[in-house]
Amino acid sequence: MNLNDLLKHTSEWLKGSGPHSDIVLSSRIRLARNLDKIPFPHWANKKQAEAVLNQVEEAISKIDYLRKSKCFRLAELDGIDKQFLVERHLVSYEHTQKTDYKAVVIDEDEILAIMINEEDHLRIQVMQSGFNLFEAWNIISQIDDALAKELNFAFTSEWGYLTACPTNTGTGMRASVMLHLPALVMTRQINRVLSAVAKLSFTTRGLYGEGTQATGNLFQISNQVSLGHSEIEIIENLSGLIRQVIEQENQARQTMLNRNWAMIEDRVNRSLGILKSAHIISSQETLELLSMVRMGCDLGIIKNINRSIINELFIITQPAHLQKIENKKLSTEERDIKRANLIREKLIGK
Amino acid sequence: MLCGICGKNQATVHLTEIIDDQVSELHLCEECARQKSAEMEQQFSLGDLLGGLAEFEKPPKDLETVSLKCSNCGLSYTDFKKIGRLGCSECYFTFKKYLGPLLKRIHGSSTHYGKSPFISIKVSQKKPELLQQLRARLQRAIEMEAFEEAAKIRDQIKELEKKILDNHKQKE
Ligand SMILES: [Zn+2]
Ligand SMILES: [Zn+2]
Repeated sequence: MNLNDLLKHTSEWLKGSGPHSDIVLSSRIRLARNLDKIPFPHWANKKQAEAVLNQVEEAISKIDYLRKSKCFRLAELDGIDKQFLVERHLVSYEHTQKTDYKAVVIDEDEILAIMINEEDHLRIQVMQSGFNLFEAWNIISQIDDALAKELNFAFTSEWGYLTACPTNTGTGMRASVMLHLPALVMTRQINRVLSAVAKLSFTTRGLYGEGTQATGNLFQISNQVSLGHSEIEIIENLSGLIRQVIEQENQARQTMLNRNWAMIEDRVNRSLGILKSAHIISSQETLELLSMVRMGCDLGIIKNINRSIINELFIITQPAHLQKIENKKLSTEERDIKRANLIREKLIGK
Repeated sequence: MLCGICGKNQATVHLTEIIDDQVSELHLCEECARQKSAEMEQQFSLGDLLGGLAEFEKPPKDLETVSLKCSNCGLSYTDFKKIGRLGCSECYFTFKKYLGPLLKRIHGSSTHYGKSPFISIKVSQKKPELLQQLRARLQRAIEMEAFEEAAKIRDQIKELEKKILDNHKQKE
């Protein structure tokens, strides 16, 4: 497997299947783990960082579950490849900066990704399509168990897993769910919902994580507290909250439909019309229009388009993906043309 | 990475900012970080700038604390205040007195509940035989890619291990 192989198939988490996959794109769980007594990546010298990288790689190679995974050293990747991994949610943006002794291990279906020497020695991530946090937990917990047999993780019974940043201490777990909430945005209720989320100590981010604007009406909601509650408790609390947000989005959709069916139908179909006919299109406009089309699919206004195609388009129309597909560097103008071509190809088959 | 404020200098200071329950990451150069923390000190209500947060705990004035250093990795308390990150797992013990309240403030608790790393224990009774059998079965299941079956066996193993461990503890 090399990075180009990833292009050939759709990531598991984009498949548009799983519970509540109309509103929930994906569920993700991340665990932060560190090796006992060895300085955390930001504080380690080169020798220590290299030793961690080698030790973790070796541990991973011994684990059956991870037999089909592949390790990429970030320092060996060019700018487009690094951005490509960020766009696919396989590494964080931070992981593509100062890349010495950083690596990522990815399995074939892109369900699993392990960042080595990010903020912590290991950041293990499992992604699932739809609203599926428990399934993600089952998978990641087993991988964590297997790794714990090979590596000496920093842990105390009082404070749990010890992490570089005290905001992750304890379970070291961040569970997050990516939601598509167009109706809450259109009915201007989204701020009310998100501030309620914040009050309950959960965090909201955009499609591309920390600090990014919510584009395409996509929002990631995750737990903020990692100490004092068990992983299952945290997942249950988050799940309860997500169920409420789903219900609110459904209500908002219903309200919009009851009030103004024609307007929604018009907006959805116009969006599809533009996507099918544009020859130049920006990334921002693409996300906005795709959002409308996706909602149109959910509401039965659009019938012949599979949701997984829309999910895929959210990602493959991003800058690095376009350049990987073309296999060369593209200017912004060139990308806008390539993007429009790709969308037409996917939606009307040439 | 370039500084998030001036965009000119290399970001060497990484801060986690919590405002109204929103956590965000700041990557700043030394100069901007100094300015930023001056700003933060003026706005107590802004909450917890992690690196600076330690400032708000009973400020350690005594020289002993200021010069407190992790013997394993060399990170000082001052370093921790500046960068908001610990240096290694031993730092948690070195700065325990200050980390307890800090963790409590961040998480609302300073006691871990949840999983712990696999604990391998040496025991010599009948149960371990069963354990070995189960492990062998697990290995086979994984090789056959019968993951559902493997998961079930894994659960059995865990339960058994827990039992053995509890037994062990009682004896002590
Ligand atoms: Zn600066
Ligand atoms: Zn230390």
